[in-house]
Amino acid sequence: MKALCWHGANDVRVDNVPDPKILNRRDAILKITSTAICGSDLHLYNGFIPSMQSGDIMGHEFMGEIVELGSAVKNFSIGDRVVVPFTIACGNCFSCNRNLWSLCDNSNPNAFMAEALYGYSAAGLFGYSHIFGGYAGGQAEYVRVPFADTGLLKIPDELTDEQVLFLTDIFPTGYMAAENCNIKPGDTVAVWGCGPVGQFAIKSAYLLGAERVIAIDRVPERLKMAKEQSGAEVINYEEIDPGEALKEMTGGRGPDSCIDAVGLEAHGTGLDSLYDQAKQSVRLETDRPTALRQILVACGKGGTVSIPGVYGGVIDKLPIGAAFNKGLTLKMGQTHVHNYLRPLLEHIQKGDIDPSYVITHRMKLDDAPKGYEIFKHKKQDCIKIVLTP
Amino acid sequence: METEISKINQPEQTQESLSDHERWASIIGGSAMVLMGLQQRSLRGVLTAIAGGSLAYHGATADKSLTDKVADAVGINKSIKVEKTVTINKSAAELYEYWHNFENLPTFMKHVRSVQVIDMRRSHWVANAPMGQTVEWDADIINDQPNQLIAWASIEGASVDNSGFVRFTPAPDDRGTEVKVVMEYDMPGGMVTAAIAKLFGEEPEQQIGDELRRFKQLMETGEIATTEGQPRG
Repeated sequence: MKALCWHGANDVRVDNVPDPKILNRRDAILKITSTAICGSDLHLYNGFIPSMQSGDIMGHEFMGEIVELGSAVKNFSIGDRVVVPFTIACGNCFSCNRNLWSLCDNSNPNAFMAEALYGYSAAGLFGYSHIFGGYAGGQAEYVRVPFADTGLLKIPDELTDEQVLFLTDIFPTGYMAAENCNIKPGDTVAVWGCGPVGQFAIKSAYLLGAERVIAIDRVPERLKMAKEQSGAEVINYEEIDPGEALKEMTGGRGPDSCIDAVGLEAHGTGLDSLYDQAKQSVRLETDRPTALRQILVACGKGGTVSIPGVYGGVIDKLPIGAAFNKGLTLKMGQTHVHNYLRPLLEHIQKGDIDPSYVITHRMKLDDAPKGYEIFKHKKQDCIKIVLTP
Repeated sequence: METEISKINQPEQTQESLSDHERWASIIGGSAMVLMGLQQRSLRGVLTAIAGGSLAYHGATADKSLTDKVADAVGINKSIKVEKTVTINKSAAELYEYWHNFENLPTFMKHVRSVQVIDMRRSHWVANAPMGQTVEWDADIINDQPNQLIAWASIEGASVDNSGFVRFTPAPDDRGTEVKVVMEYDMPGGMVTAAIAKLFGEEPEQQIGDELRRFKQLMETGEIATTEGQPRG
């Protein structure tokens, strides 16, 4: 089959590789019908996530049709059209039983690597380096899905791929980010980063009852999408200091909660962002927390900081005093996608949201390397790329 | 930190000493690090000492065994001691039952090729060694407390001198069962030592940890998570 393989920083290629096989009784094999490039794939593409190996198949946002089932999968049939959570979860362990699916105890075969870095290992992820299991991803023609009996969601015929594809990651990720804000009536939520996760966090904050949502980015078309699709107020941080602007816009109180939908490769305008880029480029710092620093200072007293943006290692000069002295609550982590599949599918079915509005580019899998370049440099006003085999 | 074997490691002070029964009870019921209490002593010496006089293992006193003393004196005591604990979301009875059939163990212990149960007490072990070789030994169960503990030691003169126990303790509330493995491989020197050392590589802790993790995966999910055999470019 054809698959998009990582061969090093800024080097991904469509290779011919063997088709995946059933390896365990709870596996399924899917024929991919649609797959997307995620902002977090760019962290791999840019070489910031350790433990990638040349030849690794990328991609964790994908859906398709079941073509083969392991002997223990009884609740799905060949031919079912399904979406797949990017977090792999067994459904049997203590973490899964508490609905902390992205912290599954059992799905990472390389747990020892994650334990060395993080103390304990979270769930395995598709196509996201060997620390997270080394599972082959879904930017391919076929994919093997472990624990298929627990993870898959069957999709009704009347919904298109583009309407449901983002249930795999970015829609639940944006939604959980907003849910973590514990939104109460009258609340203002500020969202840093208007990529796809930021867009869904904005939409979800309104769905969960936010009075106002203020979106912060520097890319005009992303701010425009936040404004037009969700009704957010916007701040371009290259034009105005977001901390000052937020204070003025909220009667001097500051936002009740802030969402970091940027993560470890933040850009910025100040000296600190140059400092981080320099340190990160020589690997003295793995993550560049420009957005998170701003957030901790900008968030109002007693507020909540919700972090869906990916961090992988260590960061410098985090203003922990701002967080401590304002009594902030920090909530973060990979998304417990399994919790959100059905409720968010219902929102889509009822017409509350059609997540396909974030798609700006549709390409063939063969053109994926070009897609990564376009997405990385935000060329052609690119926000989200969907690939079909 | 409270240690368990420290209680049984002070023969001078305990002339009216703890009974064997009490010593096992402290191993079975304790919650702290076992190896911390062991310090320089051999696990085998402790386990076989408290296994009672009916078994003629070396080290049948609460003091260090003669072999330990000799090994210490000439500096060849290269024992590998490992202690690892994992919590498994199953009852102690289910876990004990699976483990107690030693023939199941190669399913999750990668370096063990096969185990043959000979009788209620004795079993024959075959482990993979480097270059396609194998090493073999016989071991006896030296204590067996249903749903709580299985302790074993290789028989006198076995080519691979090892001993250990696995303990099953209920975890708080609905958290399942804490499974603790404490093992020791003694290294008398020579070919076998080299083979065993290679078997465990640089990280015996990681190897035992990985085996316990696979045991957990198997018991909780019915399978062992893997990517072996998947495609790549």
